[in-house]
Amino acid sequence: MSGNDLPAPQESAPAPVDDWPLWEVFIRSQHGLAHKHVGSLHAADAAMALANARDVYTRRNEGVSLWVVPSAQITASSPDDKEPLFEPAKDKIFRHPGFYKVPPEVKNL
Amino acid sequence: MRDMQTAEAGFQARIDEGVKIEPKDAMPDAYRQTLVRQISQHAHSEIVGQLPEGNWIGRAPTLQRKAILLAKVQDEAGHGLYLYGAAETLGVSREALIEDLLAGKAKYSSIFNYPTLTWADIGAIGWLVDGAAIMNQIPLCRCSYGPYARAMVRICKEESFHQRQGFDLLLALARGSAAQRAMAQDALNRWWWPSLMMFGPPDEQSPHTAQSAAWKIKLVTNDGLRQKFVDQTVPQAEFLGLQVPDPALRWNEARGHYDFGPIAWEEFYQVIRGNGPCNRDRMNARRRAHADGAWVREAAQAHAAKQRARPGAAA
Ligand SMILES: [Fe+2]
Ligand SMILES: [Fe+2]
Repeated sequence: MSGNDLPAPQESAPAPVDDWPLWEVFIRSQHGLAHKHVGSLHAADAAMALANARDVYTRRNEGVSLWVVPSAQITASSPDDKEPLFEPAKDKIFRHPGFYKVPPEVKNL
Repeated sequence: MRDMQTAEAGFQARIDEGVKIEPKDAMPDAYRQTLVRQISQHAHSEIVGQLPEGNWIGRAPTLQRKAILLAKVQDEAGHGLYLYGAAETLGVSREALIEDLLAGKAKYSSIFNYPTLTWADIGAIGWLVDGAAIMNQIPLCRCSYGPYARAMVRICKEESFHQRQGFDLLLALARGSAAQRAMAQDALNRWWWPSLMMFGPPDEQSPHTAQSAAWKIKLVTNDGLRQKFVDQTVPQAEFLGLQVPDPALRWNEARGHYDFGPIAWEEFYQVIRGNGPCNRDRMNARRRAHADGAWVREAAQAHAAKQRARPGAAA
């Protein structure tokens, strides 16, 4: 771990023999937005994961569509890579429209 | 050692800046362990908390009250799940946490070791116990650990219905016959003090408060929350026409708060040690439910294995 001497985090919980695998749950709400991560749950298979996600995460009209994804299938970026991954975008302010000064006489730009 | 101290200072600085700590971030062992204990105790409380109310689902006085109570108890199961999920992101397994609970090694809120003797108790639980829980949980929506904070946001959204249905139930009794009013008063008499104990021991006897406050996993002190609860609840009791069972209770104009009488902490510690009225019943009920459900878990697993083994099954 770069420049960080705190104990290394575990990537994920040790898989217990008898427990069902973990699934991540995504919901699309009524308003046409993208599916959004809402939480996770354990289920023996995909059908049960969907059924449980419906019971646990949509009791109050939270959504119109559900995705469930085995947590083990998700590859996540590492917190240690935060700088190399995301810092370079910070100094490219010319990517934002506010960088450009538009003369007041010019309209609709 | 010096490096470790620098790293911990860096961690504290991130928390002070308001950065959320996420599962894969480095964190001090003590932070991780404190959170696992706090979140899992909270999860266990949601699960055990279903039992006193479940006791009345089959005896609710109307179909609507029954549907409401069922929905509330179902929410509590969901709260347990959100919280076990948050604890799991810290590297413990749900199974191990549940085993600890069933083995009697884990703590849960002592309030759930009191019996629900009458229908009015269901109202008192929603109004007072869920009311106290909300007061505890709202600040935690801002806590430093991302998955815990997000779970608390979901939970708080669902809790206010719990408190309102309890108040509504008591209001119906308070406007009913003399016998119904007496039942409501009796419920308040029994649930008031245990509800005040829900906020935990007085600040001067609460050893971990300073560290947890620095880590932003405890945002308001026990006594601060308790005072807020009393101030908010007493006028509601007055509206119901019920008497809060505390002869020392009175408004203190100078402080701008209610003064209230001493809490019987010996009772609290007795209940925590396992000597409350229902500790044994609660654990036996959990163990029985877990054992009775074993065949369902096994069947689901066998079914999933069979589906996977089918030719042409998705890899
Ligand atoms: Fe709850
Ligand atoms: Fe609740």
